[in-house]
Amino acid sequence: MTATLITHARLIDPEAGTVRPGAALLQGGRIATLFDTPFPEVSDAARLDANNAFLAPGIIDIGVKVGEPGERHKESYKTAGLAAAAGGVTTMVTRPDTAQPIDTPEVLEFIKDRARDDAPVNVLPMAALTKGRAGREMTEIGFLLDAGAVAFTDCDHVCTDTKVLIRAMTYARSLGALVMCHPQEPGLSHGAAATSGKFATLRGLPTVPPMAERMGLDRDFALVEMTGVRYHADQLTTARALPALERAKHNGLDVTAGTSMHHLTLNDMDVADYRTFFKVKPPLRSEDDRQATVAALRNGLIDIIGSFHTPQDEESKRLPFEEAASGAVGLETMLPVLLRLYHSGELDLPTLFRALSLNPAKRLGLDAGRMSQGAPADLVLFDADKPFVLDRFKLHSKSKNTPFDSARLQGKVIATFVAGTPVYRSA
Amino acid sequence: MRFDQRHLLGIEPLRPDEIGTLLDLADSYVTLSRRREKRSSALSGLTQINMFFENSTRTQSSFEIAGKRLGADVMNMSMQASSIKKGETLIDTALTLNAMHPDLLVVRHPHSGAVDLLAQKVNCAVINAGDGRHEHPTQALLDALTIRRAKGRLHRLNIAICGDIAHSRVARSNILLLQKMENRIRLVGPTTLVPPVLKEFGVEIYEDMREGLRDADVVMMLRLQKERMDGGFIPSEREYYHRFGLDAEKLSFARPDAIVMHPGPMNRGVEIDGTLADDINRSVIQEQVEMGVAVRMAAMDLLSRNLRARPTELSA
Repeated sequence: MTATLITHARLIDPEAGTVRPGAALLQGGRIATLFDTPFPEVSDAARLDANNAFLAPGIIDIGVKVGEPGERHKESYKTAGLAAAAGGVTTMVTRPDTAQPIDTPEVLEFIKDRARDDAPVNVLPMAALTKGRAGREMTEIGFLLDAGAVAFTDCDHVCTDTKVLIRAMTYARSLGALVMCHPQEPGLSHGAAATSGKFATLRGLPTVPPMAERMGLDRDFALVEMTGVRYHADQLTTARALPALERAKHNGLDVTAGTSMHHLTLNDMDVADYRTFFKVKPPLRSEDDRQATVAALRNGLIDIIGSFHTPQDEESKRLPFEEAASGAVGLETMLPVLLRLYHSGELDLPTLFRALSLNPAKRLGLDAGRMSQGAPADLVLFDADKPFVLDRFKLHSKSKNTPFDSARLQGKVIATFVAGTPVYRSA
Repeated sequence: MRFDQRHLLGIEPLRPDEIGTLLDLADSYVTLSRRREKRSSALSGLTQINMFFENSTRTQSSFEIAGKRLGADVMNMSMQASSIKKGETLIDTALTLNAMHPDLLVVRHPHSGAVDLLAQKVNCAVINAGDGRHEHPTQALLDALTIRRAKGRLHRLNIAICGDIAHSRVARSNILLLQKMENRIRLVGPTTLVPPVLKEFGVEIYEDMREGLRDADVVMMLRLQKERMDGGFIPSEREYYHRFGLDAEKLSFARPDAIVMHPGPMNRGVEIDGTLADDINRSVIQEQVEMGVAVRMAAMDLLSRNLRARPTELSA
């Protein structure tokens, strides 16, 4: 296998919390050597001059939806993989909320095959926690683990039968499986299209109070305390939920939490005149909530950022707001969009990659996500400053439902490496 | 005297002077409508389509009469009986209609924002005849005209809006309009129907109806929209009537010359006492219906002037 030497880079090390100039030698699928000098002498290596761009551990995106099986017209493993590579995502952790839910080892094997054949990046599948994500019977957690499921989740279907959930969590605990939940009180969120507040009132949209998130989280934490399961909250997006997370962590529960790129960078006002590409789940929050979420990410309370990539075709979105489908694509736009927080001074780069790469790797027990010798050479090389105007029709995803169409962004991926092999090079 | 709108989708985008322009013109249409010969030719040659995705006899006939008095060719489409049932999307319906070259499209839809969406896809002028819980601009304009004619002004009035504010597009449009014209607004009703978030709009909120009506110049009652209730916003109709139904005793807290309004259709004995509703000295409910036709004539007249000023668009 040929070696690649990336010279004159700025290395982002999320473990050490540093950015330092240097070079990296990729060999045998791993980071063979890191150099403190920008132009080290190495023979027998293809050289790539980074021109002082940033080199970071590749993004591990927990919560990506691909349309297979069932909705391949919205996204296939091939197109999602290309979008991921172009966005610096080296590992997609996929959701089981497909048209046919991923709830049996057979379906899981099918998508693993599809991913292996078609996607240029790593794919780690999650499986449903209950059959059909219906919240009535647990799935074959043991078989699914053996088949390669890295976590168990019913995604946005909140299990309301607490007995079912306790048993599933207890069983998962006995096998050491990670359970991911969507903290939300469904009695309050049912039918909602926006977060309660002045804006939603003005627009006359059905709403969910932000407190519904904390109510869901409080219940889940009570069950975690009972069962001892390893728990991850998929998205925390409100200020009121954060003290509950802090308490749970302080009390030693094995819990982590994520948030989404959209809730870190947009607020409820962005919906403006019923723009359905801004309809996500949970709905966009107030600016106060957005700022609280960014602060929680900065201080490490919130562990992980995901794109919650949700491809929807035009027909699903070209409807009155209440009827339109939720979700946005994000694999390819996540890094430039989140760099807004870097440019505005809200987050530094090591903190950003702690949440994008290091923490997801740790939570899933992966070796990746680190800028250190011996770590897998899953890397993203990017220019943090390059300005561009996003054109949604140029995205690699089959679906083009991004709220950032025509947005002015700064930061472009130059190259993405998976196991030392370039899977994307910018034109 | 300017009116710069292409559509009438809500009160929110209107300037106070545009509201004044529209009401002035509506005044002249009240005069016209009271004559034996009521025809004008302001809309002659134009096609008006009334598209109602939600049943409404009153609003639809008001728009129909308004259009016919101005000489438009008016067509009513009851969308519940048509292609929507066959699974056609709103945008496809809009494009189909657009190909028939209407000039004025009057739309009512059960979902907030649906009329805005439709307006983006057609070349004609669109009038929102009510979308979900969002806006019902011609209702607010007819209420404003009624108030202006009864009170001689449309500013510095104490106006109490009572009842189911949470589910009411009429309330939203009225709050927006009456605030633009610098009135003092109180909202009266149980907290389940008058959510505290409404305070952010700069209105006062009262749970005690007598307090809320004190010294009011205008008492605007809203229909208790039973069909919109998910269930359980109020304990019972009779408790609601006891606390929030308008009767002579509660009305006595308002100014002696206060007028009583209701957008109709009324639930007699639920939100308003029947005798009071019929009291011609206090109730302007019939005037509201009359002003409705005049305001809709004025709105369509102004929009058609802007329409005629634009070059004909060849693309369908």
